[in-house]
Amino acid sequence: MTTDVIEQDSHDEHHDDSHEHGKMTGIKRWLYTTNHKDIGTLYLWFAFIMFLTGGAMAMVIRAELFQPGLQLVEPDFFNQLTTVHGLIMVFGAIMPAFTGFANWMLPMMLGAPDMALPRMNNWSFWILPFAFAILLGSFFMESGAPNFGWTFYAPLSTTYSNGSTAFFVFAVHIMGISSIMGAINIVVTIMNLRAPGMTYMKMPLFVWTFFITAYLLIAVMPVLAGVVTMLLTDTYFGTSFFDAAGGGDPVMFQHIFWFFGHPEVYIMILPAFGIVSTIIPAFSRKRLFGYSSMVYATSSIALLSFIVWAHHMFTTGMPLFGELFFMYCTMLIAVPTGVKVFNWVATMWRGSLSFETPMLFSIAFVILFTIGGFSGLMLAMTPVDFQYHDTYFVVAHFHYVLVTGSLFSIYAGAYYWLPKWTGHMYNDTLSKWHFWCSLISVNLLFFPMHFLGLAGMPRRIPDYALQFADFNKWVSIGGFAFGLSQLIFLAVVIKCIRGGEKAPAKPWDGAIGLEWTVASPAPYHTFSTPPPQKDIDNADQHEH
Amino acid sequence: MTDKEQAQKQIDTVNNSNSKTVKKLLLVVIAMFGFGFALVPLYDVFCDITGLNGKTNTTAASYEASAVDTSRLIKVQFITRNAKGIPWKFEPVLNEVNVHPGEIKVVSFYAKNNALHDIIGQAVPSVSPGLAANYFHKIECFCFTQQPLKASEDVEMALQFYVDLDLPEDINTLTLSYTLYDITEKSS
Repeated sequence: MTTDVIEQDSHDEHHDDSHEHGKMTGIKRWLYTTNHKDIGTLYLWFAFIMFLTGGAMAMVIRAELFQPGLQLVEPDFFNQLTTVHGLIMVFGAIMPAFTGFANWMLPMMLGAPDMALPRMNNWSFWILPFAFAILLGSFFMESGAPNFGWTFYAPLSTTYSNGSTAFFVFAVHIMGISSIMGAINIVVTIMNLRAPGMTYMKMPLFVWTFFITAYLLIAVMPVLAGVVTMLLTDTYFGTSFFDAAGGGDPVMFQHIFWFFGHPEVYIMILPAFGIVSTIIPAFSRKRLFGYSSMVYATSSIALLSFIVWAHHMFTTGMPLFGELFFMYCTMLIAVPTGVKVFNWVATMWRGSLSFETPMLFSIAFVILFTIGGFSGLMLAMTPVDFQYHDTYFVVAHFHYVLVTGSLFSIYAGAYYWLPKWTGHMYNDTLSKWHFWCSLISVNLLFFPMHFLGLAGMPRRIPDYALQFADFNKWVSIGGFAFGLSQLIFLAVVIKCIRGGEKAPAKPWDGAIGLEWTVASPAPYHTFSTPPPQKDIDNADQHEH
Repeated sequence: MTDKEQAQKQIDTVNNSNSKTVKKLLLVVIAMFGFGFALVPLYDVFCDITGLNGKTNTTAASYEASAVDTSRLIKVQFITRNAKGIPWKFEPVLNEVNVHPGEIKVVSFYAKNNALHDIIGQAVPSVSPGLAANYFHKIECFCFTQQPLKASEDVEMALQFYVDLDLPEDINTLTLSYTLYDITEKSS
C-alpha cells in the first residue's frame, strides 16, 4: 500500500478540510478507516477476491461435469461446492461489489463529504471477512461445508444436515448484519446529506437505484435472519418450525425463504440498472431517456418483488388460484423492466455513440440481461415451469441475469470510474480483450444450458445421462475460458493502479455528474463544502 | 455567532436528523425480523382459510352435518408412508372406502413396531387435492395423539371421519395420506 499521509476522521476540529492531520499508515489505515473511498476500495477488493474464490469452485464443478460419470470429486463434495459457490457469489461477490460502488460514488454524486455514518461503515465492512472465514472454514471441518444448496431448504438443512448448519447460520447472520448496516448508511446518506439544491428528482438515477435497493435490504434481510434462526433452533434446540412430526411444515420454509429470496434477486440487479443508466447516456452523448419513468419503474419493480415469491414454488402443490396469482404478478414485472430496456435503447437512438469498454459492457448488459429476462418470463408461466423446474434451464436463466446482468454492469462501472479512482486510464487494449473474451465465453458457457434444461438435465447433480455429454463439454470449455478471461481484468486493474496515462478530471466527454467536477484521482476528501448550484444543475439527468 | 459556531450548529443539525433516520430504520429492521416469525402463525391461518397444503384439522371436530347426501358418493383413498428411520409396519386396513357426504365412517389403520426397542410414533395427515382439506373432518383420529409401541407390539388405530356436504362438485376422490415419524427423542 502507499504511504499516504491521511487524515483521521473526527467530527470536531474540522477547521480546514484540505489540511491533513493525524497519521495512519500501512494496515492500520485500512483497519481503522472511516473514509468512504477507502471503505469502497475495501469492499471492491473483497468482492473481487470472493468472486475469484467462488469462480474457482465453479471451475471444479465444470471440470467434474466435463464428461459423464464421476471423475474428480465425490458427490457430497460436489454438493458443497455448488452450495458455497452460490452463497459466495450472492453474498460475497455481487452484493459487496455494489456496496463498494455505493461507498465510492454516492457521496461524490450527492456532493456530500462522506457517508453519513462513517464509523458504522467501517464495522459493516470489517465483519464481512469473518462471515466468509466461517463459511469457507467449514470446508476444513469434519462435517464439511454446507451441502444443502444455497437455498438451504428444510429438511435438507435441518434433519439431513451434515453438521454444518450452525456455521452456515452464523455466517449468514453476520452477512445480514453487515448488509443491514450498509443499507441504513446508504438511506441516511441519501436522505440527509444531499447537497443543498439537490432535490430527490434531481438525484442521478444511480443514486435512486441504490436508495430503493437499500430499502429492499432493510425490509428483507431481517426476514432472512429470522428464517436461518428458525433453522438453527429446529436443528439444535428441538423446535419444529419446519418439522412435520412436531406440527411444523417444510413448505413454510420455502414461503419464508422466498419472501426474502425474491426481493434479494432485485437487490442484485437494481444497482446494475443504475450503473448502466449512468454509462449509456455518457457514451451516447445524450441525456437519459425518460428519467422519471426510470425512477417509477425501479420503484414498481421493488414493490412487485414482494408479491411474487411463490413463483419459485409452483411445483409444491398450490391451489390453482395461487398459481395464477403468482404467475400474473410475475409477468407484470416485465412491464416496468421493459420500460427500462426501451429507455436505454431510446437513449442510444440517434446518439453519437462511441464504444469504449464501459459502453461495450453496458450494451452487452442490455442485450444479455434481456435474454435472461425472457427466460425468466418463460419460467414465470406455471404450466411450462413444471417442465423447467430444477433443470439447467433455471441455471441458464439466473446466470444470464446475474453474470451477464449484474457482473457485466459491475465491470462496466469499474471501467467507467477506474480513472476517477486511480487517476490513471486503464489499458484500453487489454480491457477490450477482457470484454470480447468474456462476451464470447460467457455465451458458450450459459447459452447451451438452456437446451440442456429443456432436454431435462437436472441441476445440482454431479453426473448426467450420456445424451447431455456434448453440450456439457462445450459448456465446460466456455466456463474455463470465462474463468481465465477474468484474470485479464485483474491485470488491467493492477496496471491501472500502478500507472498509465494520466486521467483528466473528466475523461469521458459525454459524462455528467458531480463526481467529474473533482480531480482524478479523487482527493481523499471531496465536497467538504457543497458544490455550487450550477454544477448540480449540470449533473441533472433529465432531458432538456 | 462566529463562523465556527455556525458550522458546529450545522453539523449538530445533520447529526440530529441522522440519528432520527437511523432510529426509524432500526425500527423497520426489528419489525421485519418480527414479521419473519409472525409468518409462522400467519401461514397457518392462511392454510386454514384457503386449504393450502392439504392441512386437516389437528383436533377433534364435532359432527355438524344436517343430513346425509345420498346422491353423491365420494371415494376416499388411504395412503401411508414411513418417514426416514422408523421401522414400523404401518398400513391402512382398507385401501379405500366410498362414503356419502355427511355420513360418518370409521376405518382402522394397523401399526406394528418391528424394532427391538420402544418407539413413540406420530402420524401426520395431509389431504389431496389440497382444496378438499377443509371439507374432510376427523371426529376421532390416532393422529391427534402420540402412539407409543413397545418392541414387537402392534395396534389397530381408529379414524372416524365424515365428508362435508359442501364439498365442491368437481371433487369426487379424496386421498388421505399419513406420514409416520419417530418422535421418541423429542418426546422424552
